[in-house]
Amino acid sequence: MVEEGIYRAIRRAAIRLPSDVQKALEDALERETSPMARSILEAILRNLRAAEEGGLPICQDTGTPTFYVELGEGFPLKAGVREAILSAVRRATEEVPLRPNAVNPWTNENSGDNTGRGVPIIHWDVVEGDGLRVRYLAKGGGSENVSALYMLSPSRGIAGIERAVIDAALRAGPKPCPPVIVGVGVGGGADAALKVAKRATMRPLGTKSPDSTVAELEERLLEEINSLGMGPMGLGGRTYALGVHVEWLHRHPASLPVGVSMICWAARRALVEFRPDGSYEILEP
Amino acid sequence: MAEYRLTTPISGEEARALRVGDVVYVSGVIVTARDQAHRRALELARKGEEIPVDLEGGVVYHCGPIVREEGGEWRIYGFGPTTSARMEDLEAEFIERFGVRMVVGKGGMFQKTTEALRRFGAVYAQHPGGVSALAVASVRRVVAVHWLDLGVPEAMWVVEVDEFGPLTVTIDSTGRNLYQEVLEEARRRAERLALG
Repeated sequence: MVEEGIYRAIRRAAIRLPSDVQKALEDALERETSPMARSILEAILRNLRAAEEGGLPICQDTGTPTFYVELGEGFPLKAGVREAILSAVRRATEEVPLRPNAVNPWTNENSGDNTGRGVPIIHWDVVEGDGLRVRYLAKGGGSENVSALYMLSPSRGIAGIERAVIDAALRAGPKPCPPVIVGVGVGGGADAALKVAKRATMRPLGTKSPDSTVAELEERLLEEINSLGMGPMGLGGRTYALGVHVEWLHRHPASLPVGVSMICWAARRALVEFRPDGSYEILEP
Repeated sequence: MAEYRLTTPISGEEARALRVGDVVYVSGVIVTARDQAHRRALELARKGEEIPVDLEGGVVYHCGPIVREEGGEWRIYGFGPTTSARMEDLEAEFIERFGVRMVVGKGGMFQKTTEALRRFGAVYAQHPGGVSALAVASVRRVVAVHWLDLGVPEAMWVVEVDEFGPLTVTIDSTGRNLYQEVLEEARRRAERLALG
């Protein structure tokens, strides 16, 4: 039952975009005046309809399957969760179908079923309670390739963080398939900053950081990035980013890590919640 | 900004008439190639050997499709573009050797390719990134597949399409490169931002 629920979450994410992202793309089309930017956004919106009607993946790069698991201490089926994820991924690769995206870096051999060493990526969190929550993220290579890490001197402060994010956007340019959602992770260490940054791209659009300083920075960065004029697909226009989400952790006194992670407009995610008996519900995260 | 409907093979005259900003829909036969297929094609050509497809006037598509074999036939489930920058080192020679008239991908290409497009009268066009299901709707059939040993995404897929697009011309045969122009302007604007 756990496998079935995870399989359905994968399939749904591949075929249907969360409604917050879809709405943000529709709003972007209203803002754009350049014929090229409008033509791109119209094609994206037509593509969403074609995917849903045809039961086809939105994008041919169905991503590296990535899971964020919140495992309740008392969840009765916890021993089988890892196996359930692996078999759900294999089945989805065959049946949705997904593109096989797990390649051996030394031989360039494709495993063919989206599993391999470290794939799928699974982040485990043990939490209180007797349920199970599994968040799925399908992120393509184009936007993963523009991930950036800045190890700033703490004296650079907020202006330094801002400059780093603008720099990451300029370097990314058309590559990550904009409009993108920008995730920023501040603090932690090098690995933690990037991990938090990627997780931040999964926050629903329209939500703000609960910290007012951070929320202001999010808003300012969104305006600044879009004011650069790179637009959809980097062909010029008003919408390069649909949202900027900043998450933070405490930092070491000597370090100010800033991780930047972007996800393309095809920000495919799904959440499946299991009850102790294994019954489940698929939600929009 | 004009709209064109072109059928393969594309003539030099047709390709040279295209300008940055024009929208093109392509019908006929197009060929997918990512970095591995580019590399193999060039290795064969350098040794004086034939490649299995005729690309004279052709459209090369930077794409790693989702394909499944069903009852002895190939069916395409995903057909959006991949990042073209990975082919930058190989594309100029590819255009010169095989007579390609249109390179389709996403994210644009750089100086070497821009120069080859100018010299040989070809264009680069952007397929909207991620727009895969719409591209599948334009697929008539898989004509052939070569080099499957490279893996499904990296193999060379020969595909018959009908009104494949919308493709936006972003690098034309006059040497204009829209990505370059947008990025230069973005850098100028970034310098003027008051941060902090």
